[in-house]
Amino acid sequence: MLKYTVKRVLLAVVTVFIISAITFFAMNAIPGGPFSKEKAPDPAVQAMLEARFNLDKPVPQQFVIYLGNLLHGDFGISLKTGRDISQIITEKFAVSAKLGGMAAGFAIVLGLILGSVAALCRNRWPDRLIIFLTTLFVSVPSFILATILLLVFALTLKWVGVFSANNPNYVLPVISLMLYPMSYITRLTKSSMLDVLGQDYIRTARAKGVRDSLVIFKHALRNALIPVITYVGPMVAYILTGSMVVETVFTIGGLGTEFVRSINNQDYPMIMATTIFLAVLMVVATLVSDMVYKLVDPKITFD
Amino acid sequence: MSNNPDVMPKKQFLSLQIDLKKFEKATEEEKTQHETMRESTTFFRDGMRKLRKNPLAMISLVVLFCLVMTIIIVPMFYPYSYEQMITVNGKRDKTAKNLAPFTYSKNELKAIEEGQEIFPHIFGTDELCRDYFIRVLYGARVSLAVGLFASLIVLVIGLLYGSVSGYFGGKVDMVMMRIVDIIYSLPDTLMVILLSVVLTQVLGTSLQGTALAKVGTNMISLFVVFGVLYWVGMARLVRGQILSIKTNEYVLAARAMGAKPGRIIRRHILPNCMSVIFISVALQIPSAIFTESFLSFIGLGVQAPMPSLGSLANAARGGMQSYPYKMVFPALFICLIVLSFNLLGDGLRDAFDPKLRR
Repeated sequence: MLKYTVKRVLLAVVTVFIISAITFFAMNAIPGGPFSKEKAPDPAVQAMLEARFNLDKPVPQQFVIYLGNLLHGDFGISLKTGRDISQIITEKFAVSAKLGGMAAGFAIVLGLILGSVAALCRNRWPDRLIIFLTTLFVSVPSFILATILLLVFALTLKWVGVFSANNPNYVLPVISLMLYPMSYITRLTKSSMLDVLGQDYIRTARAKGVRDSLVIFKHALRNALIPVITYVGPMVAYILTGSMVVETVFTIGGLGTEFVRSINNQDYPMIMATTIFLAVLMVVATLVSDMVYKLVDPKITFD
Repeated sequence: MSNNPDVMPKKQFLSLQIDLKKFEKATEEEKTQHETMRESTTFFRDGMRKLRKNPLAMISLVVLFCLVMTIIIVPMFYPYSYEQMITVNGKRDKTAKNLAPFTYSKNELKAIEEGQEIFPHIFGTDELCRDYFIRVLYGARVSLAVGLFASLIVLVIGLLYGSVSGYFGGKVDMVMMRIVDIIYSLPDTLMVILLSVVLTQVLGTSLQGTALAKVGTNMISLFVVFGVLYWVGMARLVRGQILSIKTNEYVLAARAMGAKPGRIIRRHILPNCMSVIFISVALQIPSAIFTESFLSFIGLGVQAPMPSLGSLANAARGGMQSYPYKMVFPALFICLIVLSFNLLGDGLRDAFDPKLRR
């Protein structure tokens, strides 16, 4: 157990390091710099700006300086706005986290319910309907879904308000973000539930005369949940990136929008900070879900 | 010696020669008993039979076939081109902007009154007076090509890497798999965005004037990204398959006879894991199309004037309220293509995956 944990944590650290290295060297390979797009860059001014942000030094040295600062918790300041980056990230992430958290929550709850229903009504109409819908949902890219939802429910039917800073209405963004992971969880739950329902201990429980609801909730669902845990890590990754698109469509100023904008602006510290932040989030989510999976499933041993 | 088979050659002393007199010829009746009751079936034929019984997979196969035929054949004789404005009497028709499906512009109506025949705009026109139907068809062509080609890249790299790693095992395998582990844990979308931005900028200058420039730097960087990031899943799959297959006796026999590793992998191991690999390729295509449309949507996909379904949908967002059909058609095409591939892939898996066969 301890060996496995250490191994996984080390791998995670290496991953984050590699991501930051790739990002750093890749963004420095883009021709032009953050100040080359400014109006009338006086060579003296530009040289001074570059010296101020260490941009005149060789790239590997810049990387070392950056990592040193990062270990002290200093993300630097945005080259475009001059604001402190950790402040920007905290602020924007609050929005993204709210959106993503709601989407993840609904996706898990609804996915589990729908998957269990489909498994219990196997080959009857609720099962067929659920599987049809989920197959449909995984085939629609989130940006198209978001746009169509916006068009139909906000602009044509006017059932829900359009998202704005004064009137934050998360209904449509959350729906368009959660349908894909929800469908995935539904299918996962269905197949693992079917697997569990065929086990001997379910038959034993029924033979003992245990109530149906107890068999389903206590014996079947709890065991069927195990494979679903592994999906939580990838789901966090999906929601974080999916939120880039959904935020753009609904003009929600979150971290995803900030990431795309910083790339277009060549705002080096901002690109680094957002990439590292999102990468750490994803790596930690995967790590935690894998660890929990190993802890929960008694069949898995650590060797 | 006579060549007549029925006549016994003279038996040598102490020879083990069979005495044919002890045997009787089979009668016609006995011969019929040996005919097979049921035609023997191969793995492939059995899988095809199962696939044919799956209505959803067959429908998606038909849909995909029709779609591919349409996007290949229709542009050959379609009167409009995807990159040029509609012309009436040799003049550019600036009134043909944002037409709804099956409507005509003022100039075209005039021309029709004068007795000209004008081909209807099945999906209307876009904001630059180009016929939308042909643009959507070209978009579907681009998206499908990206999907197929990207999956091919993934297949080739994954197959090579996975088979080498799986076959040789030991330290080679360990080092190769640690590399896979690390690439696997990179958040793919972040890397895709970053790499396509960087590659587009870097490749743009170095590719100018070459044949590859025609394909577009964005598209090439997309392929590079797939080649760099997405092969790891395939490599893991192939490695796992090979690890389980290489313990079989026939591989041992081949090795005992002195066959080289390359030949063993090609002749004995790969044919046995082909079904699993192809299913995974079929399921890779929609995910490649998804990624392409996602990148096109945030403005990193194929270059204008070449359309892809994602960039068409992105461009349509601007005038969405006034011209919803511009959003609907590319969206419909993406969904149709992805849905068909998903259903087909599921069907293939049910029919060919040895683990699911009963």
